Amino acid sequence: MDLANVDSLSFIAPEIVLTVTMLAVFVLDRAVRAAERIGDAVRGGLALALVAMVWVPHELDGWLFARQLVHDPFAAFFEVLFALAAMATVWMSMGSAEVRRMQQGEYYGLLLAATIGACFMAASANLLMAYLSLELLSICSYALAGFVRHDRGSSEAALKYLLYGGVASGVMLFGLSWLFGLCGSLDLVEIHAALVAGSVPPATLTIALVLILAGLGFKISMVPFHMWAPDVYAGAPVPVAAFLSVASKAAGFALLVRVLYPTMSMPAGGGAWDVLGGVEWPQLLAVLAAVTMTFGNLAALRQQRLKRMLAYSGVAHAGYLLMGLVVLDDTGLEAMLFYLIAYYFMNFGAFAVVGILHDHAGSDDLGAYRGLARRGGMLPAVAMAAFLFSLIGVPPFVGFFAKLFLFAAVVQQELYTLAVIGVLNSVISVGYYFSVLRMMFVEPPAADAGVVETTWHARTLHVVLLVGTCALGVAAGPILGFARYSLQFFSG
Amino acid sequence: MIGLTHYLFVALLVFALGLFCVLTRRNSLGILMGIELILNAANINYLAFARFGPATYDGQIVAIFVIMLAAAEAVVGLAIVLGIYQTFHSIDVEATETLRG
Repeated sequence: MDLANVDSLSFIAPEIVLTVTMLAVFVLDRAVRAAERIGDAVRGGLALALVAMVWVPHELDGWLFARQLVHDPFAAFFEVLFALAAMATVWMSMGSAEVRRMQQGEYYGLLLAATIGACFMAASANLLMAYLSLELLSICSYALAGFVRHDRGSSEAALKYLLYGGVASGVMLFGLSWLFGLCGSLDLVEIHAALVAGSVPPATLTIALVLILAGLGFKISMVPFHMWAPDVYAGAPVPVAAFLSVASKAAGFALLVRVLYPTMSMPAGGGAWDVLGGVEWPQLLAVLAAVTMTFGNLAALRQQRLKRMLAYSGVAHAGYLLMGLVVLDDTGLEAMLFYLIAYYFMNFGAFAVVGILHDHAGSDDLGAYRGLARRGGMLPAVAMAAFLFSLIGVPPFVGFFAKLFLFAAVVQQELYTLAVIGVLNSVISVGYYFSVLRMMFVEPPAADAGVVETTWHARTLHVVLLVGTCALGVAAGPILGFARYSLQFFSG
Repeated sequence: MIGLTHYLFVALLVFALGLFCVLTRRNSLGILMGIELILNAANINYLAFARFGPATYDGQIVAIFVIMLAAAEAVVGLAIVLGIYQTFHSIDVEATETLRG
């Protein structure tokens, strides 16, 4: 179906709910001055948006707003992921001493706007829409990263994010302009048709694709466009860093899949895909995936601060996720979607614990975690252990199954070198994750270290994410089935 | 007769200048100006392709949106640079280097 403006409105009910919540937050911020009320209102709005996501008719796929947006299971999957990511971020923010000092209305408003941008990014059917939604997400993220006033780290994070992000999206826009010129249309389906017709010169198309990869590689923190990640994560408030590491990265992957799969390749039967236009991007991505995960893991080994360590670990995980795109097969994409779900639980979990310690000790230094398990922080320490084991890929946690499916997809396509590099990287990553575990459980607490107190609010979040990390591993089959269902692109 | 190639060449030149500006400047405002050059290079491309390509207004519409977005980005960018100046008393990107590793 191809709907015009008014008919499309009921299909973007979740985004409308988010927009109304955002506007309500600005008004509430003036009317009531209680921070908890505003956080609760945002959580209510997000819950309502999640209900709307379920309520929107899923049996009908099609274009919305005269082929600007597309409504299909793939977009719906990411919408839910982004709303859940925003929910966890708000939850974390409400308990965070760092966020409590800020302007609540603007903070939550920007967070909701960024979420809306991410949702539209996953659903864009048009190059213009893709660029606009990417910028909506980016510009809100720049402001969020620098939200701590008169803080050197936060200001610097915002500046770096702004400059790297501006250049990356500008370069991407230039690449998109070439794609538009070569294919004669902004519509992804028409670009696909032009590539099928085979009238596009491969050399120019390759250059355009490389320029586009610069912008999307920046969003997913792929080497060599990852330089911003450690500095921005280290300077930004902890909940914002968590949001960037999960939602922003997932949005980048959503758009990357939309551009590379339904647009620049075509189904070849049996779940396999064929590359169109004579551009050998799978080889390029395979090299980038290997470099990204190796660099991320090696750089993380040297880190003494948890936020930087998690930033480099995020770079490494972007490398793992990229492997799912290399295999040119539905199994790879399914594994990638599964990995994103797993990454949501384990990475938000790790950042939630970092947030507790950041509030307690005022720093995310490795030393602040000394003897955490023995000074009141048993739940955070045990939860952190589970999240880190899951990030390494130890059974029975969900991270193990995520890696298993991903490596299985890679091996199935006989890309053995890539699989071996991936497994070696998982081994390297044990080094830095274990240094945190040793600090928390083996090292005795420092003499002057106070008792770490956690609120019930923070404990609830830890338990929810912990249950997700443990239980999704057991329920890996149905989740993978859901990922398989979500892998449907509408193309007319 | 000026054709599509001329416009594309000019756009490429502006893009290269913008990229050069971004890579060599140490002043944050200078880098923001380089970003504007890159965006305008893309705009020239869109308009040229729209003028010589299919008879739709897609290219022109993109250009208008990009001009708007560049303004939005400049607003947020200048606010961040102002914040940097208040904190560090400099807008040199090297002077603000406290996060490393």
